[in-house]
Amino acid sequence: MSEGRPTTDVKPWADPNATPFLQIKNVTKKFGAFTAVDNVSLDIYKGEIFCLLGGSGCGKSTLLRMLSGFETPTSGQIIVDGQDQAGIPPYARPTNMMFQSYALFPHMTVEKNIAYGLKRDGLPKNEIATRVTDMLSLVQMDQFAARKPHQLSGGQRQRVALARSLVKKPKLLMLDEPLGALDKKLREETQFELIKIQESLGVTFVVVTHDQEEAMTLSSRIGVMTAGQIVQTGTPHEIYEYPQSRFVADFIGSVNIFDGRVIEDGKDHVVISSKELGADIFVPHGISGVEGQKLAVAVRPEKVRISKSNLSDLRNKVTGTIDEIAYMGNSSVFQVRLDSGKRVRVTQSNLTRDNDDLTWDDRVFVGWADDAGVVVAS
Amino acid sequence: MSAAPDTGPSSRLPGGPMIGRVLERLGLGGRGLVIAIPTLWLLLFFLIPFLVVAKISLSEAAIARPPYLPVWEWVDGVLSVNLNFGNYLFLLEDPLYLSAYIESIKIAGISTFIALLIGYPMAYLIARSPENQRNLLLMLVVLPFWTSFLLRVYAWIGFLKANGIINNFLMWTGIIDEPLIMLQTDFAVYIGIVYSYLPFMILPLYANLVKLDQSYLEASADLGARPATTFLTVTLPLSASGIIAGCMLVFIPAVGEFVIPALLGGPDTLMIGRVLWDEFFSNRDWPIASAVAIVMLFVLVIPIMLLRKAQSADEGAS
Repeated sequence: MSEGRPTTDVKPWADPNATPFLQIKNVTKKFGAFTAVDNVSLDIYKGEIFCLLGGSGCGKSTLLRMLSGFETPTSGQIIVDGQDQAGIPPYARPTNMMFQSYALFPHMTVEKNIAYGLKRDGLPKNEIATRVTDMLSLVQMDQFAARKPHQLSGGQRQRVALARSLVKKPKLLMLDEPLGALDKKLREETQFELIKIQESLGVTFVVVTHDQEEAMTLSSRIGVMTAGQIVQTGTPHEIYEYPQSRFVADFIGSVNIFDGRVIEDGKDHVVISSKELGADIFVPHGISGVEGQKLAVAVRPEKVRISKSNLSDLRNKVTGTIDEIAYMGNSSVFQVRLDSGKRVRVTQSNLTRDNDDLTWDDRVFVGWADDAGVVVAS
Repeated sequence: MSAAPDTGPSSRLPGGPMIGRVLERLGLGGRGLVIAIPTLWLLLFFLIPFLVVAKISLSEAAIARPPYLPVWEWVDGVLSVNLNFGNYLFLLEDPLYLSAYIESIKIAGISTFIALLIGYPMAYLIARSPENQRNLLLMLVVLPFWTSFLLRVYAWIGFLKANGIINNFLMWTGIIDEPLIMLQTDFAVYIGIVYSYLPFMILPLYANLVKLDQSYLEASADLGARPATTFLTVTLPLSASGIIAGCMLVFIPAVGEFVIPALLGGPDTLMIGRVLWDEFFSNRDWPIASAVAIVMLFVLVIPIMLLRKAQSADEGAS
């Protein structure tokens, strides 16, 4: 989903000799008896846009607040550019944060808001002026310098907040739901602008979001969080195509999951018998499991094929009846009720303009290629 | 077709369509009525008394009942109007009045400032305390109002007098050998005013500070501001309207305060409230007393206008 991004070609996380820019080591945060962040370890490299993705209450915001110093870890270590952040108050950290609510000072103009951080550093007046002007033009807010925040639209406030957090050239910029307050169309435009700005400045971004689409488009890597833990870290492609758990598969995009039991554990293949599917599933690689083990196979809707004719080239296929069809323009989504009773979601691209050979209550074959499914713990 | 005639909004008023129509003719719809009640209140209890006092201030004192000469008289078809501006000129001539005004403003101003210094941290702490404790703390601030104001000021006499609680305690500990003179000084007046009006400072400040978004403070810290800088550049400017409201609520009544300087102040504590009382009850010079009151009102109009301006600026910003 992040095609055309030059930074994705560089993968510092794959290089064992690369030094991480931000190291989170076994960080735990407890509020009373509640563990908000549970023993999280994470390495983030220079120039990355790293997204912490998770539902509300998963601990992603608490983790971010610990990075900026607003919360103190109960245990564990946070190291930025080789420097342990323990005991350093927020105002002395080399990081900046863009707040979810933007937190623009309502009694100051756009210009004064952006200059605020530079003034605190005691920079000379003319340098402050130059840097504020540069920042204003970077976020295309030149004409609004004299406005107060309440005279701006949501998108404009977002730009000012970004400018204010970037003007101090932080080593690390934390963004808390940076696009959450924008409407869909504006969000899509802003996403690409954010990436452009990040690339031009070379600042490392840590983004917190609950929006998986936002995470997919923005990030070089994603850390999926739930219940205070990071359950999987990887590129958007890895997270989407190779989810390591049922939770990740289910959380990112939509997915069909079939529970089953290993009945044949070969060296280069396994066969999983699934009552839910009403058939055996062939997996073309070995797994570290034993015969009889309970497992599940996850298949993305767009990798499932649907046809009235027997899908003779596929090993994994069953029959069913079309329950629902949702026409989305570029694609159609089918809900197929299998003979086993399970409902399966199938997405098909509308390659031709009139693609109406499939209709409600048609008997169809659904199936997927051997390597389309992913085995996850059940 | 026997559709009911459209009686308009008057039919919705209580008292049936008849009264409604009469009120409507007077320009009073449902909305007008709501505004009319406070307007009437102000007219009856503020504007008319003000005009009466203004009239007396322009008359001449006399040994009579009431103790002043009428401002206008109707004798044999001749209306004679006697406007006596001498009372106002007299206020200018006698330095007693001018110094009483200045003293009142000084005492009220200093008291307001002290109340702000004490009230701001209290309001801030209440606003920052856990939500379930705030109401209890606010209750404690308001609790003194359950006792009569007069009684509470009297109670301070017991604390401050020569053989009062404070002096007895200090002498018992051996810090002092002879009692401090605290009662009947300006010091006692400051204590009385600050003590009595402190809740009026805390409540508007609290209402303002509790709304202050914590993320502004975090953003300020994140951008490199130390807590003291954050307070001066973010918290203080954002609570300006609360500060002005609190200061006005203390300053305005403190200027005209009579009870506190009378009970706690000394003979040389010259506040305009006491001068007014003396003119009215001791000298029975109603016209001069009225003139003193009218001038005091104008002295207070300026801060009241400042208050209104601050309030409207606050509404505009949020």
